[in-house]
Amino acid sequence: MLRDEDRIFKNIYGLDGADLTAAKARGDWDGTGELIKKGRDWVIDEVKASGLRGRGGAGFPTGLKWSFMPKENDGRPHYLVINADESEPGTCKDRDILRHEPHKLLEGFLLAGFAMGAHACYIYVRGEFIREREAVQRAVDEAYAAGLLGKNAAGSGWDYDIYVHHGAGAYICGEETALIESLEGKKGQPRLKPPFPANMGLYGCPTTVNNVESIAVAPTICRRGGGWFSGLGRDGNTGTKLFCISGHVNNPCNVEEEMGIPLKELIEKHAGGVRGGWDNLLAVIPGGSSVPLLPKEICDTVLMDFDSLKEVQSGLGTAAVIVMDKSTDIIKAIARISHFYKHESCGQCTPCREGTGWMWRVLERMAAGEAQVKEIDMLLQVTKQIEGHTICALGDAAAWPVQGLIRHFRPLIEERLTRGPGHQEAAE
Amino acid sequence: MSVRRLHAEQPDSFAFTEENVSWATGQIAKFPEGRQASAIIPLLWQAQKQAGWLPEPAIRYVADMLDMPHIRAMEVATFYTMFNLSPVGEHFVQLCGTTPCWLRGADDLKSVCRKVIGEQGDITEDGKLSWLEVECLGACVNAPMVQINDDFYEDLTAENFEQLLDDLRHGKEVATGPQNSRHGSEPEGGLTVLKGDK
Repeated sequence: MLRDEDRIFKNIYGLDGADLTAAKARGDWDGTGELIKKGRDWVIDEVKASGLRGRGGAGFPTGLKWSFMPKENDGRPHYLVINADESEPGTCKDRDILRHEPHKLLEGFLLAGFAMGAHACYIYVRGEFIREREAVQRAVDEAYAAGLLGKNAAGSGWDYDIYVHHGAGAYICGEETALIESLEGKKGQPRLKPPFPANMGLYGCPTTVNNVESIAVAPTICRRGGGWFSGLGRDGNTGTKLFCISGHVNNPCNVEEEMGIPLKELIEKHAGGVRGGWDNLLAVIPGGSSVPLLPKEICDTVLMDFDSLKEVQSGLGTAAVIVMDKSTDIIKAIARISHFYKHESCGQCTPCREGTGWMWRVLERMAAGEAQVKEIDMLLQVTKQIEGHTICALGDAAAWPVQGLIRHFRPLIEERLTRGPGHQEAAE
Repeated sequence: MSVRRLHAEQPDSFAFTEENVSWATGQIAKFPEGRQASAIIPLLWQAQKQAGWLPEPAIRYVADMLDMPHIRAMEVATFYTMFNLSPVGEHFVQLCGTTPCWLRGADDLKSVCRKVIGEQGDITEDGKLSWLEVECLGACVNAPMVQINDDFYEDLTAENFEQLLDDLRHGKEVATGPQNSRHGSEPEGGLTVLKGDK
């Protein structure tokens, strides 16, 4: 188990203050100016050496992403945009950083912004997080008053401004180009790539969009060294990670743990175990609603990191662990996820706009036992026609949970459809 | 996508209060020259706060303020689901029904809403309450939960939720956040990590 001194988020539960004084006592803003004076390449190299992979879901190496920004300024300003549009079902980790560890985040903004030659940073907080937005704004005001932001931020010689912005209830704005569109005052509909944001992002300027957690761990990585972070977890899956454990566990919670912790250990050690004991487990969605579920026999042994979960045809995603015990109507549970994607599709690409609604309606009928067995294959085929045929990954994200359901629970669906309507009781 | 239409009955006009005009100026100043359209979401949100919902004249008013074609502002107002295009109750309950909350009893909370308030979109006769099922609000380890106006109410049960609605209706002081012994997202019944801290 991860030792407390290796935990980055010491105040994740908000039991201590979120203000500047309390944050400094926890080690935030300690010698930030000196870190910056070591230079752009040094910051990027430390983050690269740490092996940090983006914490927003895709797991792209963060240091590499930063290095895509043009080295020289061609007259256009560079922007850092922070994606705090946390809305992947099951995920509530960034919320805790925003409300309880905002200074870690602001320090990360400064370091990351400097590393990519940006003087301005926008943080896009999901609209519903009103109190969280206020908490970040309070921290920004404190940091300006203390000279940590603005001209010569934190005595680094670098001028830096942070602006807090927000959305108004659209999951799709968590997609980086949709977020940029929204930040420009438009509907949040994703852009075709290329051009990539590092060349043509916000207002047509070089832009990097990063997740809250990825940025918030950067100052600790720079202070303790990339080698410290990469010494945790395992090769290609380094460091610590915030896990959100929800659903049918005795004590749902957020917890920071080492990457690669066994799923079973994570649930039993921190969330008080599965309701009714481990043998009462039916399935787990290991990385937020977009990733395929895993049945119990895989959960028994699987490790919680990018590559381990990929091997079992799922993914770490946002590390939001949704636990379902044997009382769960699994078809209904996935149908509700399909409703989510239907509701959140931006409507731009036909396969997604039409397909998400189609999948939801079929699954609702399957849950009620009102479909025909041959429709299972038809449904699977439709998911394949959506996956990979849309501008952004929302189509994929809508298709994967349905594929996971059919992959692991096909006999259960067949049985329900054979019995027909009026038999909607739980799995066993 | 969700189908969102303007309300049938609209007021004749809308204008920001003086205070909101100066607030809006501050928001616009966050963005570079000529990029004032970026401020549309905060401005529409403020208009909704002022009017209680987002009437059509307010959308035009904000568009004019930002020098945008009306249709662009209309697109934004109809795209983002937090803009209430019809009136809502004084305490507007957004009930999370997505899978993590559903697993922990969101359906029970819906039954409470139906019993106390009525169907989705109905406003109680006293104008105090209305409700809507929404998608994941991002407090999944404190499920089931609802958002009422600006605050989250978490770790709900049918019983404490009904009491909460009753208290709000009668203007009583209520506690926000988790409705059990939890402070935030820590496990109930004792920390498993960071025990050395306070």
